[in-house]
Amino acid sequence: MGIGDFVTTTLDAALGWARKYSIFQYPFVTACCGMEYMATSCSHYDIDRFGAGLPRFSPRQADVLFVVGTISHKMAPVLRRIYDQMTEPKWVVAFGVCTCTGGFYDNYATVQGIDTIVPVDIYIPGCPPRPESVLDGLMKLQEKIAIGRQRY
Amino acid sequence: MATDGSDILARLADRFGAAIQGTEDRFGDHTAVVERVAVADVLAFCRDDPGLRCDLLMDLTAVDYLTYPGREDGPRFEVVYHLYSVPHNHRIRLKIGLDEDDAVLASAVPLWPIANWFEREVWDMFGIRFEGHPNLRRLLLYEEFRGHPLRKDYPVNRRQPLIGPRD
Repeated sequence: MGIGDFVTTTLDAALGWARKYSIFQYPFVTACCGMEYMATSCSHYDIDRFGAGLPRFSPRQADVLFVVGTISHKMAPVLRRIYDQMTEPKWVVAFGVCTCTGGFYDNYATVQGIDTIVPVDIYIPGCPPRPESVLDGLMKLQEKIAIGRQRY
Repeated sequence: MATDGSDILARLADRFGAAIQGTEDRFGDHTAVVERVAVADVLAFCRDDPGLRCDLLMDLTAVDYLTYPGREDGPRFEVVYHLYSVPHNHRIRLKIGLDEDDAVLASAVPLWPIANWFEREVWDMFGIRFEGHPNLRRLLLYEEFRGHPLRKDYPVNRRQPLIGPRD
């Protein structure tokens, strides 16, 4: 710690710092982007460096909803329900172009961007996004968590 | 012993006469166009005849020819059956033309149980009904969906969201 054995901070800053390094994600994986999500989560890219190494497969224990893959209109109520089950504070990451905008699925079946259903904090484009893009998005999310901004 | 595709078509024409409206052999895929009233008999013959023994319904799908060049005056829909024989290792394709105002066909579920989901999908996407089907509900889309999206007159931009903004 240095000269003295204490630091001074504000409660918000301390909470933000603690939260940004203890991201418990809920991976809502519906399509091919899941492969890239798995690559990011495993040892090679080591998502644990960012404190996001422990996915929780219950929305009630999760802070960040990772929506990974195409969302169809039939699936949309399920996604909304999962989001509603998460406790606050909570954040949402749109992973891949299908979740951001619908991607090239401009058709009768696909939701044209999940921000029409749930509020989204971070958009990670790409079809699928490379793990580097995902880590970049995760770091941007950490910045957002640290200053206590979210859209719920 | 595999039977040559043209032999199968000849046998079908022999057995059913005018109910086989035409045959073709494009790229080695032997196809018979079958009259609608005879479809149950032709399918049963293909499955049960000792020389054919088509015990596997590989695919059952449909095509909408609404805007297809050169098909303006023909029937709008075509239901397509792909049959395969495991013992004989041969294939045959059957096509049945259907008009829009009377898009009904006999179900193949009594012959091949797998036809159950195939026919539900064709109903879901094209709105073609199968008479005698035990449970003809939508397979992939939700019950609230109106219309049949693979019909060529279904607007490309029409969205039917369950939640969220409507356009």
